[in-house]
Amino acid sequence: MKHWEMIIIGVSLGALSRLIMLRIDYRQYPGYPHGYIIHLTLGFIAAALGGLVIPALLEENYVAVTFLALAAQQFRDVREAEREFLGQLEETELVSRGQAYIEGISKVFEARNYLAMITAFNSTLGYYLFDLLNYHYIYKLAGGVLWGVVTTGLLHKLMSERTIGDIAKIEIVDLEFTGPNKNNISVEDVVIMNVGLTESLQHWRENGLGIIVAPKNDNSRATLANTGQRQAIIHDVTIQLGVQLDLGVQDYTPLARLNLETGRVYIIIIPIEKDKQCIKEAVSSTPVLEGVKRKPLSSKAGSKAAD
Amino acid sequence: MDLNNYILAIVTTKADKPKVNSGSTPIFYASDQQEVNYIAMLISRLTMSMAHDLGNGVYILIKH
Repeated sequence: MKHWEMIIIGVSLGALSRLIMLRIDYRQYPGYPHGYIIHLTLGFIAAALGGLVIPALLEENYVAVTFLALAAQQFRDVREAEREFLGQLEETELVSRGQAYIEGISKVFEARNYLAMITAFNSTLGYYLFDLLNYHYIYKLAGGVLWGVVTTGLLHKLMSERTIGDIAKIEIVDLEFTGPNKNNISVEDVVIMNVGLTESLQHWRENGLGIIVAPKNDNSRATLANTGQRQAIIHDVTIQLGVQLDLGVQDYTPLARLNLETGRVYIIIIPIEKDKQCIKEAVSSTPVLEGVKRKPLSSKAGSKAAD
Repeated sequence: MDLNNYILAIVTTKADKPKVNSGSTPIFYASDQQEVNYIAMLISRLTMSMAHDLGNGVYILIKH
């Protein structure tokens, strides 16, 4: 085989990048072994495809490159599968992820395969460039690796999502109880939920917490107003700090509501762990969902209206 | 079948009877507020709905 070094570098770096990306997304995936195998295998296939482009071109086998188009179709199915899987699980979740979050996750999983493909392609490209310069064998290898790592790092940086912490300020407050019988649970005078049962109300009084997510500007206000984004925050908080909830005791369901005047989001929740610092941490590390991101300030009308 | 955002049942005391009038929704009458609370709790658990206090002694059960 003529180009085996090039191919091996590309494929192994591409597959490695997929592996690294699997490890860093604790939130997005419940981390079960079969899921790992599926994604690693697909990542490997993606890397193999990406790594074969330059060798195929060098052999003047142009038809082989068109197979990439076929590959793209395959990876679209990854998104479909992921969406279906998480959608099915949704019914068994006490606190659902919400459609917007599921869409976001499945899109990320599709994109990561392309990233593995691009990494592999870039590594072989790096190797090829150093090969053109007639460098020593070791330098060619190192050059390929370096090129692959640097481009992947850059890509990863570009693709990294912003988090709620970037677009909003988070505060933890105590709940207020308003209304004639003091059973409207509110935060800053915004009624979130009416609880009729004394037992439940007592539980809210003792263990409930309010979270305020205050948007930093009009862009983040519009983003946070999306119900999918709010559900994603609640889901992330509950999987990290737990929630005292079960079937039949829907009184303890965490809820998020908007303050229409200011755009602040109020969340009420009964967490298992009442550590305020950790709750703040969990909220601020929730990703801003790609599909719901709004930028009214970038438009003419929006930015004019803002002042 | 789920009946969302629809009043499943009304619970109140006999004394508060004039405050509600049933359309199709069953009304449960209890002898005191404590019993109202208890009945509302049971129905809420059984129908997986939520009990809301209207503030005038009348409880409604709604599935959200």
